[in-house]
Amino acid sequence: MADFAFEIDQPAPNTLRLSLAGRWRLANGLPDAARAERALGGGRVERLEFADAGLEAWDSALVTFLLRVTRAARRADVAVDADGLPDGARRLLEMAEGGPKPREAAPARRPGLLSRIGGSALTELRGVGEMLQFVGESVLSMGRLLRGRPAFKKADLWLAIQQAGAEALPIVTIITLLVGLILAFVGAVQLRWFGAEIYVADLVGIAMTREMAPIMTGIVLAGRTGAAYAANIGTMQGNEEIDALKTLGISPIDFLVLPRLIAMLVMMPLLVLYGDAVGMFGGWIVGVGMLDLTSAAYIQETLRGVRIDHLWIGLVKSLFFGLIVATAGCLRGLQAGRSAAAVGEAATSAVVTGIVYIIVVDAIFAVLCNVLGI
Amino acid sequence: MADSATTGPGTSGTDRAAAADGCIQVAGLTMAFGDTVVQRDLEFEITRGEVFVIMGGSGCGKSTLLRHMIGLIEPAAGDVLFDGESFWAEGDADSRQRISERFGVLFQSGALFSSMTLAENVALPLQRYAALGPRETRELVELKLALVGLRGFEDYLPAEISGGMRKRAGLARAIARDPDLLFLDEPSAGLDPLTARRLDELILELRDSLRATVVVVTHELDSIFTIADDSIFLDGESRTMIAQGAPRDLAQRAEQAKVREFLRRGGSRRPAPADAAG
Repeated sequence: MADFAFEIDQPAPNTLRLSLAGRWRLANGLPDAARAERALGGGRVERLEFADAGLEAWDSALVTFLLRVTRAARRADVAVDADGLPDGARRLLEMAEGGPKPREAAPARRPGLLSRIGGSALTELRGVGEMLQFVGESVLSMGRLLRGRPAFKKADLWLAIQQAGAEALPIVTIITLLVGLILAFVGAVQLRWFGAEIYVADLVGIAMTREMAPIMTGIVLAGRTGAAYAANIGTMQGNEEIDALKTLGISPIDFLVLPRLIAMLVMMPLLVLYGDAVGMFGGWIVGVGMLDLTSAAYIQETLRGVRIDHLWIGLVKSLFFGLIVATAGCLRGLQAGRSAAAVGEAATSAVVTGIVYIIVVDAIFAVLCNVLGI
Repeated sequence: MADSATTGPGTSGTDRAAAADGCIQVAGLTMAFGDTVVQRDLEFEITRGEVFVIMGGSGCGKSTLLRHMIGLIEPAAGDVLFDGESFWAEGDADSRQRISERFGVLFQSGALFSSMTLAENVALPLQRYAALGPRETRELVELKLALVGLRGFEDYLPAEISGGMRKRAGLARAIARDPDLLFLDEPSAGLDPLTARRLDELILELRDSLRATVVVVTHELDSIFTIADDSIFLDGESRTMIAQGAPRDLAQRAEQAKVREFLRRGGSRRPAPADAAG
């Protein structure tokens, strides 16, 4: 039950009086001003006044109510006499009304379905364009690096190499080992039907070197390092550090992107090579442990089955994946807005972009290799 | 909530005098990060319904003191008492939560939630009032934003407005539920003179109308002389407070020259002529 109350009466024919009583507290809620608004809208009232009929305490609840009533009075061309109000309430009311005029809010019209689809398509296209432009700028930056002194600090490069390389080793180990085990399990179940268990070594070796090690390492680094790049650079964007770099005449690409890009291009192939070995070790565990193959036979079959060009295909892909992960992370970071939420969005977007492009590029490689017969 | 915010012209001043007592006591407070002492042995009392300013040079620990007072950092020694109730020394999680509910805090950067509109930011503290429906909440939000001069910006995101506007929106959120203890960290820094003056008027009005006790960390001399009833000066060198009193008095009569110089901006800023004569 609310503690507040207001009464409406007419002390004179054209005067409306609001008598306020009780405790007007936020905790009690706000009274519905509609009754007062209706009384004001009748057309016969020219003046609104207030009276204290036992007002015990008040806070913003009263001021909010008064604001609504006085605005209704103004709309109905009714003069407001605020003398009967508590001093503080009257002054707060004046402050609320006396501020800068409200900005003309242009209500955003929700576009139709077709224009939304079109808009999304254009945004995606623009995104591809921006990505290509960014890669181009990074290549130019690399050219500048080869011609002169690096704009970035050497320590930054070593740190990026550590983060993208050594610190990623544990998760790359776990993922590629498990993928090797899984491939061997799945292969073993099928090959056993034909008494061809020994070919598990070929299956695991070729699959790991050509496809699985590069893809899995790429995805792991997209989620781990690409997201970190986006969050890191996005936060710098919010702190105006990127703007500061620009005004100092230092290209953010030379200073921030290049060390990360180089680190990724160097470490991704090494991690993939490592992943190849760990994955094949996973296959060896299943082959020797479950299929009763001898260790020597498994290794011999692996060496026979895996050609050097399989290894090269995986390594070339890993270079592209490294480029994608670094580009997606840095680009999304640089494109981030200046809020905490924007940093989160940048990190998410970097991971999604990285993974999608990795799969797309892998598919292109698959087609190309097929056409070229490699 | 100040129950004695009563009706009728002229009553609030009388009430304030009657209720004047130590509302916040800082007792032997020492602030330290590890072995580094920021300020030690701070001892002062803030009277209910006054505007209390924490002054001092850059980096002397003003904001850190504020963060100790609002319970974000535990002091290395000493205590903060609210109406005689210990916050740190004897307080438990429940009592701290209860005391914290009386706070309204404006952070230096505004600290608005970036994923919410200004209206949603200001409405957040009002959620605890079950009696307020969506319409009432919206009306209150409009009032609070209008009070800080942000009418019509209800549906803007923090990223879409300027730094000064973000700060004012932060103030609107701080005063959303009419707290009786208001802590403001650099409220008028970065604002244009007219907006800063309006903000000062609002702070005084909140003190007078809703009987809020306001603790302000600020550098702005104009603002200090306009709003402060009482103040302390923290010294970065000796790492303790070296003066307490009304800023106009301190500008004239502080024992330490650095306090007088601070308040006169090295001589260029003079207090009002009446005070200068006294």
